[in-house]
Amino acid sequence: MQTDERFTDATWPASPEKATLDGKNKYLGFWLFLGGETVLFASLFATYLALKDKVPNGDAALAKDLFELPLTFVATMLLLTSSLTSVYAMYHMKNNHFKQMQAWLVITVALGFGFLGLEIYEFNHYVHEFHHTFTSSAFGSAFYTLVGFHGGHVAFGLVWIISLMVRNAGRGLNLYNAPKFFVASLYWHFIDVVWVFIFTVVYLMGMVG
Amino acid sequence: MSTYANKKGFGATLWDYLTTVDHKKIAILYLISGGLFFVIGGLEAMFIRIQLAIPNNDFVSAGFYNEILTMHGTTMIFLAAMPLVFAVMNAVVPLQIGARDVAFPFLNSLGFWLFFFGGVFLNLSWFLGGAPDAGWTSYASLSLHSEGHGIDFYVLGLQISGFGTLIAGINFLVTIINMRAPGMTYMRMPLFTWSTFVVSALILFAFPPLTVGLVLMMFDRMFGANFFDVAAGGNTIIWEHLFWIFGHPEVYILILPAFGIFSEIFATFSRKRLFGYSSMVFATVLIGFLGFMVWAHHMFTTGLGPIANAIFAVATMAIAVPTGIKIFNWIFTMWGGSVKFTVPMLYAVAFIPTFTMGGVTGIMLASAPADYQYHDSYFVVAHFHYVIVGGVVLGLLAGINFYWPKMFGTMLSEKLGQITFWTFLIGFHLTFFIQHFLGLMGMPRRVFTFLDDQGFNTGNMISTVGAFLMAFGVLVMVINIIITSVKNEKVGNDPWGDGRTLEWAIPSPPPFYNFKQLPLVRGLDPYWVEKMEGKKEMTPAEPLGDIHMPNSSILPLTIASGLFIAAFGALYHMDDKTWTLPIMIVGLLVTFGSMFIRSVKDDHGYHIHKEDLMDDKDKGGKA
Repeated sequence: MQTDERFTDATWPASPEKATLDGKNKYLGFWLFLGGETVLFASLFATYLALKDKVPNGDAALAKDLFELPLTFVATMLLLTSSLTSVYAMYHMKNNHFKQMQAWLVITVALGFGFLGLEIYEFNHYVHEFHHTFTSSAFGSAFYTLVGFHGGHVAFGLVWIISLMVRNAGRGLNLYNAPKFFVASLYWHFIDVVWVFIFTVVYLMGMVG
Repeated sequence: MSTYANKKGFGATLWDYLTTVDHKKIAILYLISGGLFFVIGGLEAMFIRIQLAIPNNDFVSAGFYNEILTMHGTTMIFLAAMPLVFAVMNAVVPLQIGARDVAFPFLNSLGFWLFFFGGVFLNLSWFLGGAPDAGWTSYASLSLHSEGHGIDFYVLGLQISGFGTLIAGINFLVTIINMRAPGMTYMRMPLFTWSTFVVSALILFAFPPLTVGLVLMMFDRMFGANFFDVAAGGNTIIWEHLFWIFGHPEVYILILPAFGIFSEIFATFSRKRLFGYSSMVFATVLIGFLGFMVWAHHMFTTGLGPIANAIFAVATMAIAVPTGIKIFNWIFTMWGGSVKFTVPMLYAVAFIPTFTMGGVTGIMLASAPADYQYHDSYFVVAHFHYVIVGGVVLGLLAGINFYWPKMFGTMLSEKLGQITFWTFLIGFHLTFFIQHFLGLMGMPRRVFTFLDDQGFNTGNMISTVGAFLMAFGVLVMVINIIITSVKNEKVGNDPWGDGRTLEWAIPSPPPFYNFKQLPLVRGLDPYWVEKMEGKKEMTPAEPLGDIHMPNSSILPLTIASGLFIAAFGALYHMDDKTWTLPIMIVGLLVTFGSMFIRSVKDDHGYHIHKEDLMDDKDKGGKA
């Protein structure tokens, strides 16, 4: 099968991400990869819970001193919305509407940058106001590792989606790049799900626990 | 684009292997590098046994002994056993399911190069200031205070090779789910493919905890974090948990493929269908599942409390049930069969009592109260060598003898193979049986010497003699391989004469596209089914047509080499050198740059045309 052939709306398959064997393999392989990523984050969550508020002396800031819900709420909303817009992008991908898909991906990426900006501000705030750093305590190490791993995933996802958009801007959709866009959106959803758990376990439980 | 192999020069062949994405060539790369690390790990074992041959020996110093001991365990598990398992998997699984390649040929190559660079990085520690010396488990309380860079080599090298293993696991899962030939249902898959399938799932869920543990250790040692530093609120038990959540499934990752290899060998040389096929599949899956529930039996003496210890003790003992099912099924496969004692079959028959002994001591160790006596004694050393050498290594030796003709098109000598078998087996029991008693008499593991009047002298001397016998067996095997390769007498599709599964229906070695036409699978042991109906080859499931093949690529090597470079930057970062940050950046740029090129450069592969395949008659390859 010629994977780079041009399609019309009539010939475009219903699930372009799984229309070729290559696409099917990518689709399944990526789901499995996300299974492994889940265990990766589960290990980081377990480490965080074991080391939460474990600090060397009484002066160090604890979770309840650090976190502020308004900031985290805005960050959460940005990321959750970006997941929704990536769904819209995939909806247009499935309908062979390349322009609309790109437009929604631009919005997704913009929201992702907004989230990342807030996270950088937040980390900076903790370091300078509370002297809560990566090296100041076990709590600090665990916090920045868990949340930072997530932030690193967001940054990687942004670079990935932008590369795909730029690379394919001139040629539109085909069965070769459709699975790539789809898999990138799966990754983006996964990042979002992990954040829901971070929001709950780190921030909400940090405020009340 | 097609790489029809004519006589090529050395440079061209080398380039071919550096860029190959063919599962059969990657199998050979895994075999060579795994074999090399096996020899290095074996030499380290010999140093250990020479040092312990007599009391108060000073063959090596205490510190150097710690390094040898650590590197022996780490090398044998991560750099010898794992890649040799992958060698057999790569060589056989795509053929057994009737596929032309794996699902992700590019990633297959990437997985190999990550493993290779990780392994080389780890072993460079010998030349760059000393190897890791905190044991292969590298418990944080010990390793955080290890001087020099040994532990850093361990942490970074295993991270790199761990990524490779994870990728290989995902690749095999997708291959087995998506790429099976028409008619190859799950319950018609050969047992080796089944065990690869289960093992790949174990890899997928077991390696991330190891990666996290290694990352935390890296942060602690190189970047000033405090995960395991109790003074700053840290907790060293976290390392033990993360390590064993990986470490216990890891032993099943190693043993299940050996079980799969033996299942193929028992059926082939008993010339009889494997007894209880579905219960074998069930037992494999159950072992894989239970393998995740038992990690804390390595930590009975850590002090998790009686309830945790009791739960993990019971779960551990439960694994004896599916393993027992397997042992009985193998015996029943031989029962009433027309058994032929070839070299692979000798290994298989010897494996049953040897592995059972390892299993029985496993049950003894699983009793948490009794474990307080056995813990950290030579009894444990004897136990895990009985399951790993008596199970995994015998399985790999059997598998290499069994599949050698399929991989290289020529048979290893049976006579030299028998010499290897007997010396290795007798040497093995001589080395490790006595260690049970040394352990029960109180000899602790991981000590570099012992005193004269403790009653350990005879036992240790016997153990050392046995080790030399094992080394002799391996040496004969190397000679066997050299002689066989020089003679290079070509064999046909089914050199053992009793092949049952698809890989024996195609030439040895198979053409690079494996199957000219995909085969139609009409039952369990599909080739045997066709043979019993008097046919010489498989029934094709498709007309002859163009075959799509993946392109070779150098990018897997560059991606892996970038991490190798960056690891040096991270390693020396704590020495406050100015060049470490640039090195890290350069290395990561190489890696991510290669990934970026891979992402933006289209790779559609190429087609072998029908006409070329028809010209290719002599090479066979018909389904």
